[in-house]
Amino acid sequence: MTMKKRKNKSIYLMLVPIYAFTIIFVLFPILYMILLSFLSKAEVWGVVKEVTLDNYKKITEPLYIKTFLDSIKLAAISTGFVVLLGYPFGYFMAKLSKKWKRRMMELIMVPFWTSGLMRLYGWIIVFRSNGTLDQILMGLHITKSPLKLLYSYEAVVVGMIYALMPFMVLSVYSSAEKMDWTLVEAARDLGATKFKAFITITLKQTMPGLLSGVILTFVPSMGMFFVADLLGGNKIVLVGSVIQEQLTKGRNLPFAAAMSVVLMLLTTMLISLYKRVTGSGEMEGLV
Amino acid sequence: MREVILDLQDIKKSFGKNEILKGLNLKVHEGEFLTFLGASGCGKTTTLRIIAGLEMPDSGQVILNGVDVTKKEPNERDVNTVFQNYALFPHMSVEDNIAYGLKLKKVAKNEIKKRVKEVLSLVQLEGYEKRRTTELSGGQKQRVAIARAVVNNPKILLLDEPLGALDAKLRHQMQLELKKLQKSLGITFLYITHDQEEAINMSDRIVVMKEGQFEQIGTPDEIYNEPKTSYVAAFVGDSNILTGTVKECAEDKVVMEFAGGTVMAQAKGKSYKEGEQVVFSIRRENIKLEDHKDMPIKAVVKEKSFAGGMLRIVFLVSDNIEIVASRQGINYNLVPGEETEISFASEHVVILNQEM
Repeated sequence: MTMKKRKNKSIYLMLVPIYAFTIIFVLFPILYMILLSFLSKAEVWGVVKEVTLDNYKKITEPLYIKTFLDSIKLAAISTGFVVLLGYPFGYFMAKLSKKWKRRMMELIMVPFWTSGLMRLYGWIIVFRSNGTLDQILMGLHITKSPLKLLYSYEAVVVGMIYALMPFMVLSVYSSAEKMDWTLVEAARDLGATKFKAFITITLKQTMPGLLSGVILTFVPSMGMFFVADLLGGNKIVLVGSVIQEQLTKGRNLPFAAAMSVVLMLLTTMLISLYKRVTGSGEMEGLV
Repeated sequence: MREVILDLQDIKKSFGKNEILKGLNLKVHEGEFLTFLGASGCGKTTTLRIIAGLEMPDSGQVILNGVDVTKKEPNERDVNTVFQNYALFPHMSVEDNIAYGLKLKKVAKNEIKKRVKEVLSLVQLEGYEKRRTTELSGGQKQRVAIARAVVNNPKILLLDEPLGALDAKLRHQMQLELKKLQKSLGITFLYITHDQEEAINMSDRIVVMKEGQFEQIGTPDEIYNEPKTSYVAAFVGDSNILTGTVKECAEDKVVMEFAGGTVMAQAKGKSYKEGEQVVFSIRRENIKLEDHKDMPIKAVVKEKSFAGGMLRIVFLVSDNIEIVASRQGINYNLVPGEETEISFASEHVVILNQEM
């Protein structure tokens, strides 16, 4: 008994730094941000201690509501494509031999060795007028003139898909990897067609991975303003871009904070919805 | 003779360079309890998977109820499988697991409910409908897996070592229950095991498999008392396998000479040439230690030990040949080092087919 207690104590001691880190660098900033969102903007820089709800009122202005809706739309479209492309990818990866699984994993991880921003500049080279893509398409005589893909909605969606796909692949993969494939054989044996067995067994069994992949894609895509900025050329304004602008050019800290709080609430709602649906607090690939 | 429900014709299967099945031929009759008995890796699971359609044979035909189903998908075959690890769907209740096949066949809802209830009482799990399969014990999972398969009323039920994961006591109980279930349902059972007791207890016929081939097909009695090869003799029960030379073969009797002396066996319709080399077997419990009617053989007691409720006595005949006998009880009046005589009754000596 005493041994166990002592053991528990030492585990708690080891956890202290982690808790301290989380409190200082996660909890405090969030509390500070919430506090800021209820204060007023100072004339030049910073805030004055006047408690107000004006910042939240401002969000309900049509311009900002539209920004939120646009962000949700882009996130939804990107997530949709990521599901369609990433699910089969993760699923088939789980069926590969051990050797090929490792190789695929390496290929997925390689892009993470360079900065995400750098990789986005790569897409600019691909998409710009007379860029790589245009040259290939024109060289193959598929198109005659440059497509002017850069600074379009499509370019932003491609950038989003590119940036977020690995999260979906890995979380579906980790779910499918753990799956007991004899369950599918059992379903087939009991009379299910391949399609029916996939829907009733495989999809159900890999649902936690798929859903956590959706969250891992949807939540960050709401805030990935740099993708929209670089590939969309400021034509597409997202919540993330507004927050960044208000913080830098607008020097309106309280309003930026209020927007962040709303964004945070939206994503928290999503995650709790996920927990409700899957009935577990565990996130595949996250925890 | 009952109707042939399954006909395997020259089934061959390789995985890469490994030849797993080397041309299997077998006819299974309706309502039969047939067991594939063999060591692990002998190809018995592959055979079952080919019958279920989960594996395609490289060549040969699977004829089910008169129809060639070799190229048919598993869902198009009227067979169901009880998997070794049960393979119950973890995201479904017991009821939904059992109803899975019926729902696919679009059976009416109240009919499904009725049949699930019936089959649950058949496997003695009344009232378990709403339980999650993850909450069940090993034995209960086993029963659900059986219920899930038999509720579809298949032509053949395939069982892949279904009792392997259960403890000895439960296993014995389930053996009897399974046999009873099979009798009452009248469904053909194809059963896989590596446990000879299980095979002998339950089967109408046993197929002994070795390295992708059928060594012997026969009733438990035939397999036990008249093994055809030394593999069968050694695998089923405990036998002494000895080599000898035919000295005389007349009418029904074969007289053989072996290192320890002379033995007699029944010819069983076969004829043997004088001087022919033969392998024969005799079971441990059939070795006579006294009241010899047949020609006695000189033997020295080498050791005596007690194991598994039986006394095991090892004799040495002609210096280097060991013969093991077994007896019930622990008090047998023989001391290691003692010189004595043993004998083999001719009806217990079985001449085996020479291995190719």
